[in-house]
Amino acid sequence: MRVKLTVNGAEHDMQDLEPDMPLLWVLRDELGLTGPKYGCGIAQCGACTVHIDGVAVRSCQVPAGDVWGAVTTIEGLGTPEAPHPVQAAWISHQVAQCGYCQSGQIMQAASLLAETPTPSDSDIDDAMSGNLCRCGTYPRIREAVKTAAAKLSKE
Amino acid sequence: MAGLKTIARRTFLIGSAAIAGGVAFGLYKYQTPHANPLLDNLPEGAAALTPYVLITGQDITLITPRADKGQGATSVQAALIAEELDVGLDQIKTDPGPPSPAYYNTALSGDAVPFRSTDDSFLAETTRAVMDAPIKFLGLQITGGSTTVPDGYQKLRMAGAVARETLKTAAARMHGVDRGLLRTERGTVILPDGTRLPYQTLAATAATLDPAREVTLRDPAQWRLLGKPMQRVDIPAKSTGTQAYGIDQKHPGMLHAAIRLNPAQGGDLRGFDATEAEAMRGVVKVVAVTGGIGVIADNTWRAFQAAEAVSVDWGPAPYPADMDGHWNALSNSFTPEHQDSQFRDEGDVDAALAQGTDLAFEYRAPYLAHAPLEPINATVLVGAGRVDVWTGTQIPRFVQKNVAQLAGVEPDNVHIHALMIGGSFGHRLEDDVVRHATTLAKAVPGTPVKLTYSREEDMTHDYPRQIAMARGRGRVSGGKVETYDLGIAMPSVMASQMSRQGLPTPGPDLQIVAGAWDQPFDIPNYRVTGYRAPELAPISSWRSVGASSNGFFHDCFLDELIHAAGADPLAERLRLCTHGPSRRVLETVGEMSNWGGALAPGQGRGVAFCLSFGVPCAQVIEISDTDAGIRIDRVFVAADVGRILDPVNFEGLVKGGVIFGLGHAMNCEITYAGGAAEQRNFDSFPGMRLYQCPEIEVRGLETARKIRGIGEPPVPPAAAALGNAIFAATGQRLREMPFNKAVDFA
Repeated sequence: MRVKLTVNGAEHDMQDLEPDMPLLWVLRDELGLTGPKYGCGIAQCGACTVHIDGVAVRSCQVPAGDVWGAVTTIEGLGTPEAPHPVQAAWISHQVAQCGYCQSGQIMQAASLLAETPTPSDSDIDDAMSGNLCRCGTYPRIREAVKTAAAKLSKE
Repeated sequence: MAGLKTIARRTFLIGSAAIAGGVAFGLYKYQTPHANPLLDNLPEGAAALTPYVLITGQDITLITPRADKGQGATSVQAALIAEELDVGLDQIKTDPGPPSPAYYNTALSGDAVPFRSTDDSFLAETTRAVMDAPIKFLGLQITGGSTTVPDGYQKLRMAGAVARETLKTAAARMHGVDRGLLRTERGTVILPDGTRLPYQTLAATAATLDPAREVTLRDPAQWRLLGKPMQRVDIPAKSTGTQAYGIDQKHPGMLHAAIRLNPAQGGDLRGFDATEAEAMRGVVKVVAVTGGIGVIADNTWRAFQAAEAVSVDWGPAPYPADMDGHWNALSNSFTPEHQDSQFRDEGDVDAALAQGTDLAFEYRAPYLAHAPLEPINATVLVGAGRVDVWTGTQIPRFVQKNVAQLAGVEPDNVHIHALMIGGSFGHRLEDDVVRHATTLAKAVPGTPVKLTYSREEDMTHDYPRQIAMARGRGRVSGGKVETYDLGIAMPSVMASQMSRQGLPTPGPDLQIVAGAWDQPFDIPNYRVTGYRAPELAPISSWRSVGASSNGFFHDCFLDELIHAAGADPLAERLRLCTHGPSRRVLETVGEMSNWGGALAPGQGRGVAFCLSFGVPCAQVIEISDTDAGIRIDRVFVAADVGRILDPVNFEGLVKGGVIFGLGHAMNCEITYAGGAAEQRNFDSFPGMRLYQCPEIEVRGLETARKIRGIGEPPVPPAAAALGNAIFAATGQRLREMPFNKAVDFA
């Protein structure tokens, strides 16, 4: 079927795509956006997290034919030259080790802070526990979320 | 620093060579383990150049051959070179370089000889030096064993210093000034009048010079980068989705592939029918690979779908189909015929135990997947007489050899493009993925093929951590631990792993007893025996290898004896401990945790210690026994690596190691049923999630004599400290991992 997507502000009109192809694979293999990562394919790791209309979703679970709004990937959140405040906090706390989960962690954190600008410790635990990090960067993820929250609330 | 001068002359012959438009500096000839005085007169240019520092008219590139799998290897290697080269990490590029025997790992030999890492005797040091020869001969360019820092600590700084001094000579010649008047700073040579000459402008002249032959390394007190908090070079890309991993490879015309292997790892493919799969959209080809099938398609998801649609006839598992068979094999291995080593046998254990055994317990550690978050993958292009491989690997030279054999080309014509790795924990010491990708790429010559394992294929063909069992017997008297006898049975990790590279592993496997036989305790009757179980499921090195199970066994059994003696767990460990740095990490965690201080009702505190990879590491864990289950409140960690090169990265790796150790001890195992691994994805093998993560406080000590790496040493004590804390809080002893078989965690 014909699938139209808005990704990071750009329109994509795909004439013939399987409607059940997960958004993750449309982004990665059809559109070449490799910031969202494949980790599990069953919504257990969160590495594929993107935003649809600003809300975090697991792109491995969203069929291409069902995308209901504008998609933002980590590439659309900010850049190395102009990072989003969440990304800036991730850089200053040096959160990443292997870094593979961090696109998803950052997208999840940005969504959390958009909805809950001053999250409590348990808000952070609840929102971030679906994003797996095999290197064990959780302590710094907690710290970076708090730093980003403080910065965003000042803006 | 005269000693270093001698090392520069005898150990390294430093060379440079002109490259197109620039100069490369490096170490190209390594001394034999026995000093050869003739080397001092060896002619220049006697061997091919292998660069660490590459300077062209445009760029300064530092070569960082050890694979970065998240531990910050690229950054620390670059910093070691940059410290002496006098460049900022913001001024350089990094490149892993080509596979080469010149990049062999000089630090592997330390863990390959039966001397405790605390043994500095002449015999121990001599044996390590001799062991270095075959590793050098084999050109083992391997990343692993927490060796990147000890391996590179001297030679990378040396490479930077030689390049710097040669650039100064070039500047002196070009500008007719005395080189003694020149200084260097931030990628420039500074003339007496203050003029700054960028290294790039000196490269062409430097390439014509004999490089400096003798350099003096700076005293650490003068360091600008090392020893201070650094910004890892990979952090901005990894925080913005712009870091390209192997799985993100893109090439013109590239096809995507999936794989489906016999669920019983290593079992045969008897036959398959791909009719349905071949008719599916986007499918280019279905190809038999060793033990399975691969699907080449125009999109990864389409390839995944088609792989599931192939009907396949699998052969049986080459190991026991169910767990009873695995545990029975271990249980039956505590016999003289299976004895692999007994490197520790002090006092008279048999005589002591003949008087009666106070305690006798059995411990178990399960198979565990490495399960890095980036599923393994490789991109291969088979061209005419040439193969290109893009992948992340800890064993680039083995990959080169294996691909060459499969593709029918010379190893020199296999070009490995080493890429950033999204986690490994030892997984990338295996190279099946590259072999399978090569088989697939051969089916479509001239077209790059990216093979991505599905999570399920990756986890069920993970070459897991060894399964292991230990039996402890002991006696206490007068409030003290008097007799400690531990037997450990496991299959040989090294034999399993090396057999896949066609390498024999003669002699005892030190990993069977690592983290146990080599502990710095002085117990009157003290024996540790290793038993080699028969080969079971294929296994591989998992972050901290033998010590990952043995640290738990050794320390928990010691804790049981200490409690039986009625002694204080920390005080008795300190009383028994004979090694300065080890005592200091124990004392430090005692102080950090306010050991002995009051706890709330339902709380408990446990201490554990393990010396692994030469690093003593102690941990104290505080837990609460709540209505929702056991909650880990706080962890206090102290470790001594001799010298900390980047305190920020050090702290991150220690915390990550503790979380890795705890998450698996609490929640994870790989079990086999009908020959297949039952855990196929993160729903049944989660490690630790954020909500379970405790507060962790880290202190790094720098009193040990040798510099060491920190990737692995925080893992072994974590499970033991948790088990000991749960006992302290609840009175329940956990002798089998994962602990969630016996208790709930909040």
